[in-house]
Amino acid sequence: MKTMTELAVAIDVRNVSQTYHDGRSALKALDGVSLSVAEGEFVCLLGASGCGKTTLLNLIVGLYHLKSGTIDVGGRRVALMFQEPALFPWLTVERNIDLAMRFRGIAKDHRAERIAELLTLVHLEGFGDRRPHELSGGMRQRVALARALAQEADVLLMDEPFGALDAMTRDVLHDEFERIWRTTGLTVLFVTHNVREAVRLGDRVLLLSSRPGRVVAEFPVDIERPRRIDDASVSVLAGEITDRLREEVRRHGH
Amino acid sequence: MAIENDVLETQLEEELAGLDALDALRTEAGPGLASRAWSALWPKVLALFGVFAVWQIVVWSHWKPEYALPGPTSVLPELGRQLKTVAFWHAVATTMRRALVGFGLAVAIGTLLGIGVSRSSILKRGFGSFLTGLQSMPSITWFPLAILLFKLSEGAILFVVVLGAAPSIANGLVSGVDHIPPLLLRAGKMLGARGVDSLRHVVLPAALPGYVAGLKQGWAFSWRSLLAGELLVDIAARSSIGAALNQARELNDATKLLAMMIVVFGIGVLIDGLVFSAVETRIRRRRGLIETGAAA
Repeated sequence: MKTMTELAVAIDVRNVSQTYHDGRSALKALDGVSLSVAEGEFVCLLGASGCGKTTLLNLIVGLYHLKSGTIDVGGRRVALMFQEPALFPWLTVERNIDLAMRFRGIAKDHRAERIAELLTLVHLEGFGDRRPHELSGGMRQRVALARALAQEADVLLMDEPFGALDAMTRDVLHDEFERIWRTTGLTVLFVTHNVREAVRLGDRVLLLSSRPGRVVAEFPVDIERPRRIDDASVSVLAGEITDRLREEVRRHGH
Repeated sequence: MAIENDVLETQLEEELAGLDALDALRTEAGPGLASRAWSALWPKVLALFGVFAVWQIVVWSHWKPEYALPGPTSVLPELGRQLKTVAFWHAVATTMRRALVGFGLAVAIGTLLGIGVSRSSILKRGFGSFLTGLQSMPSITWFPLAILLFKLSEGAILFVVVLGAAPSIANGLVSGVDHIPPLLLRAGKMLGARGVDSLRHVVLPAALPGYVAGLKQGWAFSWRSLLAGELLVDIAARSSIGAALNQARELNDATKLLAMMIVVFGIGVLIDGLVFSAVETRIRRRRGLIETGAAA
């Protein structure tokens, strides 16, 4: 049972709307989105394309300018993991992780120690002096994860981080990331369009409608961890959510 | 439950290690330095022989009299003789010193200009097309002005060398910055890179390939401007490669003239190969832009 303090809200999004203007036409990407994520909670944000998932993450992390609504992270440090690893190709794995700490002004001797810890955490000991292009997609994404963790953020936003990986690697990384989430106590907001992935990982799954994006349904996931993507209970809930998602997509066919 | 977790954990570790081993790029030991040097060298040697052969055939055809166009059989021994004289090395030293000073200044000015133009949209709109215009201006057109400003002096030569090279260097940096993938800039921003930190750790390293291309072109331009300068701005009693060329023409010594031209070409090739191309290859290899293990 969690106590009240542990249930403090880490991300509070209220009534956020965002419209893109492209010459004469205007596209409403988000329309009055409200959601909150509790501290230490793992929330998956699920939606078909065009639901403004990426826009929302960029707004929360502060890469985009918020025009309407409020976003409150209570002064927590927020890190964002992109769909692609976005590692700097001119730096080794170690130096990539190092840079995240350097920008935060951490002393050099502390950094070396922390890099070793993080590489162990993502199971990449011995790969510190490699360059990104020498690694596989899954390994690069783990380096990106280590780099995000090096920011010592309280909140980790993830934008389809496993979307470009093969199924086998993705399954293993689900296990890996779940383990890291449990040991670090991070608050995670995880964007995906893969229903099973959302159910496999999340404490809660939020369904976003498309064009404009809006939270239309919420599904608590009461399945014991550690889970497997092919668990029967995962499949059942995933099926239920898929039906709701398809209904949402059909709305655009008329 | 705890034991079960441990088992799962070990399994996970093994699975990850297995996937990594299967996926990771294997870096095989490449061929040794000697064999790499040989494979780079022999096509060049062959090409050189080809050029000499064509040259010799033209001479044999008696298209021009031998005193105006001597063949490689007399030019190459002359080059060998020149290489043994002190005066020749004095001339080369003067020219190379001018080249290094001029190029160094051009790098400093071009880099600052490039950073300014790439970081400020106003400067970019103002000077962007300006730089390209300057770059396409033949350096020889600056000489009359340079001679009026600096007389027949080192300053006049330096002025033109810098004007010849700096725009290319600035332009290279600007285009390097323009071609940075936006994702890398967003990643830098997300990691908290601001101002000078962002410039030093994200923008400049990301723009390095374009910058080096600019340096390479800048070097070519400064070398050209320098030789043009040495031909036009003859500073009395100071020997240089350009002065030697002038002298050879005045004495109708076509053999020495051609030998000196080979020197000008040789220095250009050497600097490009040993410095710029080597740096370029190194950058591309480090960033994984060279296909390794692919059939050639």
